[in-house]
Amino acid sequence: MTRKVLLDVKGLETTFFTDDGAVQAVDNIHFDVHEGEILGIVGESGCGKSVTSLSIMGLVPSPPGKITNGEILLEGKDLTKLTDKQMRAVRGKDVAMIFQEPMTSLNPLFTIGNQLVEAIRIHNKSWSKKQAIARAIEIMKLVGLPRSEELINEYPHQLSGGMRQRVMIAMALVCDPKVLIADEPTTALDVTIQAQILKLMKDLNERLNTAILLITHDLGVVAETCERVVVMYAGQVVEEAPVKEIFKNPQHPYTQGLIQSVPDMRYKKDSLFSIPGNVPKPGSIKTGCRFAARCQYVTERCTAETPALFELSSTHKSRCFLVEEGIKQ
Amino acid sequence: MSKVLLKVNNLKKYFPIRTGMFARVTGHVKAVDDVSFEVYEGETLGIVGESGCGKSTTGRTIMRLTEPTEGKIEFDGTDLTDLSNEDMRKIRREIQMVFQDPYASLNPRHTIEKILEEPLIVHGMGDGAERKKKVMEYLKIVGLSEYHAKRYPHQFSGGQRQRVGIARALMTNPKLIIADEPVSALDVSIQAQVLNLMKQLQEDLKLTYIFIAHDLGVVRHISDRVGVMYLGRMVELATSESLYDKPLHPYTQALLSAVPIPDPEFQGDQMLLTGDIPSPSNPPSGCTFHTRCPFATEECKQKAPNLREIKPGHSVACHLYNDQ
Repeated sequence: MTRKVLLDVKGLETTFFTDDGAVQAVDNIHFDVHEGEILGIVGESGCGKSVTSLSIMGLVPSPPGKITNGEILLEGKDLTKLTDKQMRAVRGKDVAMIFQEPMTSLNPLFTIGNQLVEAIRIHNKSWSKKQAIARAIEIMKLVGLPRSEELINEYPHQLSGGMRQRVMIAMALVCDPKVLIADEPTTALDVTIQAQILKLMKDLNERLNTAILLITHDLGVVAETCERVVVMYAGQVVEEAPVKEIFKNPQHPYTQGLIQSVPDMRYKKDSLFSIPGNVPKPGSIKTGCRFAARCQYVTERCTAETPALFELSSTHKSRCFLVEEGIKQ
Repeated sequence: MSKVLLKVNNLKKYFPIRTGMFARVTGHVKAVDDVSFEVYEGETLGIVGESGCGKSTTGRTIMRLTEPTEGKIEFDGTDLTDLSNEDMRKIRREIQMVFQDPYASLNPRHTIEKILEEPLIVHGMGDGAERKKKVMEYLKIVGLSEYHAKRYPHQFSGGQRQRVGIARALMTNPKLIIADEPVSALDVSIQAQVLNLMKQLQEDLKLTYIFIAHDLGVVRHISDRVGVMYLGRMVELATSESLYDKPLHPYTQALLSAVPIPDPEFQGDQMLLTGDIPSPSNPPSGCTFHTRCPFATEECKQKAPNLREIKPGHSVACHLYNDQ
């Protein structure tokens, strides 16, 4: 697959300056999103996956947060160097985002139509209100919202959770963005509704060729929707591979543990594999591998040196000394 | 077959909807609508369903944290619905609850020691020294250490807090534990630790669980039998193997096929449901699932099906199986 790189994140470091000192929530991460693909970022709470997406959108709350290093290249243009005004033109037009809880991202005081039209006219200033409403109805039909002509006059509280998330997706798509960032888009939804939304996102990805960066904690969702996966742990990328490779041949002990600890509905196991200990606080581990304290294969080298992201193949990378030693042999 | 510990008969819980200046009752939310099941000693009964299906209300009504509107709850031979508040308080020693959000269910101003000691004081169990000893013992049983006793809830991670919640439920040596979404607020790696702990405790202490959750993978892992709820009704109840391998009710089939499987090679036929769950304040007539059911007939719109045993250990409430 040699598709064009659309979004290239290089050495991104986002730091939060708190009263207890600087905390690097995201520490030197690299990944890229190709045209028309669905890339998944998985990790548990506190791994930095949401901060990564906010960094790309230029939405890290500042202060205390700040992008302290690295580049975010969208088709060659570095988003970190843009002024607020320039970033506003990119946000929503080139990169759009949908969030976990659609109720809190929609304004309860305005109708659905009102909010969609606002998004459309911000980026297309010359459009008349009529044109914008026509576009809003068109996009609502695209995301499978029934009776869209009536729905544009309704308020968010009149809709169900699944419909609200469809409205959010519609709003993100009004300007045909190149990249759609979806941060836990189905976590607040019931499974039957989750299945509908995931199918919609896959359909849109195929039909409109919009690249999707899907951020989630759910490995089931990843297996079902993504082509490639980036696994994050404590602010770092620990593994990156195509989705089949990640599930079949995970190389990092954290990825292995994560996959084994998910209860698979198809079988019953006597006891689940569990990773001992807890996710470390961001910034608490200074030297060595950040997973060392919970790793079953830990050696002295793991606590003394910091492993790099080793390449097993051109598409599979893992941040573990075991992998490096494996390659050398 | 082991003995029946809990028997729930035709349980109903209707919440009144009040509107207008005089708060007239204009309707009812049928949170739990005619649910019956039994729980055997030593087993885990899982209850699954989507939000608003009444699974949590069922759990709370069994403990009479919300009063049932109708129905009978028989625990170990005693009818709980007849008990006075004082007698009910005493019997809660035998039935304990573990809640979803360990952040909200532990008092932030009490130390862990105080939190764990409180149920013993409430039920007048042991003297000071005995209680302290028991607190330390149970801290260790749930995988914490003695030095944790002097700490406050905010000093713990989510997984550790849920361990405290479990320890608190165990303090009075209950027979039945009702766990309402005990792992859904936790990360996957921590979730596995807590599930393993709960299984271990069940074996060691001979506990009976009612495990309420929305995650079908988790429920299969821990349950012996599983009940599926939809809009306040139990639509299917079967042994875990039978339910997951051969679901009978169309809703169960759709629910199971909607769960994303953590295996990219897996090719399953997805049965995608259209539409949303109807409001429980105005449920559809007949079978409440008929509005979303691909196999719905005229009969389904008019007559509500009863939960019937179709084959040994497998009951379903669906007209499709009327002939069997």
